Amino acid sequence: MTEENKDYFESPISLNYNYTAGFATTRFLKKVALGKLVGQKCPKCKAVYVPPRGSCPRDGIPTNEEVELPDTGSVESFTIVHIPIPGNPIVPPYVCAMIRLDGADISFLHLIQDIDLAEIRIGMRVKAVWKDKSEWDTTLENIKWFQPTGEPDMDPDSYIFKTK
Amino acid sequence: MKDIYILGYAQNQILSDAGAANEVELIMPVVHEVFKQTGLNQDNIDFTCSGSCDYLQGAAFAFVEGLSAIQTNPPIKESHVEMDAAWALFESILKIQMGDAESALIYGFGKSSPGNLDSIVSLQTDPYYLAPLWADRVSLAALQARVLLDRSIITKDSMFDAIQQAMTNAQNNQNSLVQSSPSLDQYLDSEFISSPLNKFDCSPISDGASAMIIGTKEFAENINRKFVCINSIHHNIETSNLGARDLTTSKSITSLAKLIQLDQIKLDFAELHTQFSFEAPFISNLIGLQDIPVNLSGGPLSGNVVMAAGLDAIGKSYESLLNNNYSNALAHATSGPCLQQNMLVHLERKQ
Repeated sequence: MTEENKDYFESPISLNYNYTAGFATTRFLKKVALGKLVGQKCPKCKAVYVPPRGSCPRDGIPTNEEVELPDTGSVESFTIVHIPIPGNPIVPPYVCAMIRLDGADISFLHLIQDIDLAEIRIGMRVKAVWKDKSEWDTTLENIKWFQPTGEPDMDPDSYIFKTK
Repeated sequence: MKDIYILGYAQNQILSDAGAANEVELIMPVVHEVFKQTGLNQDNIDFTCSGSCDYLQGAAFAFVEGLSAIQTNPPIKESHVEMDAAWALFESILKIQMGDAESALIYGFGKSSPGNLDSIVSLQTDPYYLAPLWADRVSLAALQARVLLDRSIITKDSMFDAIQQAMTNAQNNQNSLVQSSPSLDQYLDSEFISSPLNKFDCSPISDGASAMIIGTKEFAENINRKFVCINSIHHNIETSNLGARDLTTSKSITSLAKLIQLDQIKLDFAELHTQFSFEAPFISNLIGLQDIPVNLSGGPLSGNVVMAAGLDAIGKSYESLLNNNYSNALAHATSGPCLQQNMLVHLERKQ
């Protein structure tokens, strides 16, 4: 501290971790690095989870069966972001959406681009836009964003989680 | 007050580094194991309570993710304590005593390997005066060990004995992580982490999970597991201001001993949540456990899953009562620096 008479000082706190994704999510991410989206199915309720966490949170049992899913899906919910977030390279306004892949029973958060913001709606059909293969890694950021396909919308009622 | 019984208990193999396995993947096997032991399933459980620390995972609300290990459909009644799962057991007992539940599932989990446990535990201390100094758990324990040695309340010999005893007993626990004892020379020659504690005095960095099911007397009778009763359970906490505490004694432990009427119980053994060697002789002297075996499972020195080790002391007491010819056990759980908060549990075998 160079200033005189400072009655406070800054004491930043940080902790470092070796994050582990878990066995199941690790399997998923290794497939993502190959450009594949592989969900896992609950042996009891048959729900397909993507990304998988290794268990069915309804039944509390491991989801060992793997199911390859297409990179198409529909918008389950969305928000349009107008406020810039420090450190985020994406220029507002942009769309964050919960994307339900075809064949999956849960959605995940991703971006939607190449779209007129007025057009975004629940049920809209979208398809993944992948980065160049040379840039693929063990991350869902291999998908740059999703873009509309122009197909007819999904019926939002079809999103209701049903035990099969 | 209702009689409450322990109906099942399971502990994972304690690992120094569970590697890629995440918390959910550690919890599922122990929860499935206690259901197998008791023949119950989640539909039979009225209340579910877990104990864990989000700082161990390094993510806010990380404990919610732990619920993915539990069947939650149809919806369950559930709670969590940001504490050792021994306190999740305590909350579950309150629920049962209040008449809100007949049965409860308790689980505790933690991986200490991904981060720096000293720093993580340091941030659990008082945020104004202690945490900015990064006072770590070993140094704070060493502070207490030093004052106890200086006052001749414990000796270096009793610390070494506690390590040897723990390592010998750990061989009875197939889940223990460390089972080999140092020789006296190795012990005395080992350099201090924080004087007077060396690596042998400290419990090992551990990953794991444990689970337990409890229920009322009627519930236990119905599933024919009316074996081990939780006769009394109390906990007590001292000030977070370390400077205001007398580290030569533990007011919380001595007052708990009175609350559970320890002098009226003919104890066969005790399982103490002693994460440092000196704590076993210290607590033993304090409440008169010198003549009974302590930590038949090896205790935390042989494996210390932070956030489950307190529940493990209770669970291991249950196992010893069940498998040996014992009648009465004392289990102890602790939290905070220098045994700041303590719990004493009197368990009795009924059949």
